[in-house]
Amino acid sequence: MPKAIEVKELRYRYEGMDRDVLLDVNLEVEKGEFVLLTGASGCGKTTLCRCFNGLIPHFYGGDLRGEIYVAGFDVRETPIHRMALKVGFIFQNPDSQLFSLTVERDVAFGLENLGMDREEIKRRVDWALEVVGMKEYRYSAPYELSGGQKQRIAIASVLAMNPELIVLDEPTAYLDPKTALRIFQLLDELNRKLGLTVVLVEHRLDLASRYASRLIVMNQGRIVLDGDPATLFHHRLEEYGVSTPRLIRFFRQLEGEGYSFERLPLTTEDASAVLRRIIS
Amino acid sequence: MIEVLDVYYTYPNGFTALKDVNLTIDRGECVAIMGENGAGKTTLIKHFNGLLKPTKGTVIVDGNNTKDLSVAQLSRKVGLVFQNPDHQFFSETVEEEVAFALKNFGFQEDEIKRRVDQALERMGLTQYRQNSPFNLSGGEKKRLAIASVVVFNPDYLILDEPTIGQDYLQKLEIIDIIRSFLKEGKTVVIVTHDLEFVVDLRPRTILMSQGRIILDDTADKALSNLKLLDEASLLPPQITELAYRLFNSPSLEGILDEKDLMEIVKPLIIRRMKQ
Repeated sequence: MPKAIEVKELRYRYEGMDRDVLLDVNLEVEKGEFVLLTGASGCGKTTLCRCFNGLIPHFYGGDLRGEIYVAGFDVRETPIHRMALKVGFIFQNPDSQLFSLTVERDVAFGLENLGMDREEIKRRVDWALEVVGMKEYRYSAPYELSGGQKQRIAIASVLAMNPELIVLDEPTAYLDPKTALRIFQLLDELNRKLGLTVVLVEHRLDLASRYASRLIVMNQGRIVLDGDPATLFHHRLEEYGVSTPRLIRFFRQLEGEGYSFERLPLTTEDASAVLRRIIS
Repeated sequence: MIEVLDVYYTYPNGFTALKDVNLTIDRGECVAIMGENGAGKTTLIKHFNGLLKPTKGTVIVDGNNTKDLSVAQLSRKVGLVFQNPDHQFFSETVEEEVAFALKNFGFQEDEIKRRVDQALERMGLTQYRQNSPFNLSGGEKKRLAIASVVVFNPDYLILDEPTIGQDYLQKLEIIDIIRSFLKEGKTVVIVTHDLEFVVDLRPRTILMSQGRIILDDTADKALSNLKLLDEASLLPPQITELAYRLFNSPSLEGILDEKDLMEIVKPLIIRRMKQ
């Protein structure tokens, strides 16, 4: 079975730039993984994501070296419109993704472009809106919706294409914390119930890391850390310009008091259970 | 001083974004305004520099009713940095962008140069002075937006979501910038969703929901109020949530970061070790 993502010795330089923004990136992602990708601004995480759906090299041009296969396709040889069937892409700002007069039209847009028959389109739109919990908004105008609702519609329009992989580039940047958490919960559900592979670029590790099976940290064009979040947080992510959740900082202080934890807690439920054992 | 008295604001489409808002911000204060998307936060701060005038009620800045002043007059005193910097830029180069307001205010050429140099330096943008603003990264754009406001040295600095798209180190930089403004005796108002940023800064904290102010208190009290945080679509800080789970007490207050919690937990650990 092909892997969801297979990247070997990938190097990339944007047109007109005088340095590489990706430096010998190697990465294998199995189907069904939930990958949380993070790193300081300019570390290359957005650039790497653009390679996953072929925006690099087909739209951005530039100089791409190495090998990259996504959902079994050689990205360099596969046009963007074919990659779009396998890889859904969600941007920071849903406004850049929604343009129709109704939610239904937006979700149907990609399918209509494929020339799919009406019944199948209707079935898929119904299903996608149901999955993201936005069924009752199908005749609403996207601009009437809140930021969180718009992001759900953007996700629905990608799901309708039945992709193998969904890549989200800071999808919650403009959302309030509760709404952001609901988006992460939705991704968790899609991952567990549909087996959808998720690559989520985020700074909000405090809210997102509990859902990830794998945390990857990039720095200056390279992958510098890659592993299970509960153990990876033993590394000092601050050195790579990444904020460590406060729960983790607290447990590190406890380690300074002589305790040691093989797995660091990612939720307050887990943290409180561990602490109770220590103090009572 | 900014005084907001019984203010209502209704947009032309009929949506009432502010309802009976009352608020006084003194010189030198640091205030965070938090709340859900659409709570009215941005509408409120647009009243501070006169971009919006209240439908009902009054906004007074340093003794002057904003209805009697133009945006040009007010924005010299009240510098507003918008959430999405792309909406703010229109110059060919970073340097021109920063100089724009100064030219409008009629500053002398050499004074403009001096101030632009200083603002670019302060925001770490000197190397990009000849670049187009649109070619900057998200973080750099945000700093450029701040630079083009701090350059005319306003008494009030109003920041709308300054930490969006900023990484850990850039957030620390923004905190430094805010602290240095406060040190100069300036007033800083921040609209933000970023709880951990507020935990670091601990400003006076205003929670808004559906056009109303639902709480106006210290950060310690506001961020410990689970009920009102929930109403404003916010989550408590991680450490606060942990403290509530751990001690099961409804009256915890001001346990916002790892140091606060350690102060309480450490004696318990020591007691346990002695047993």
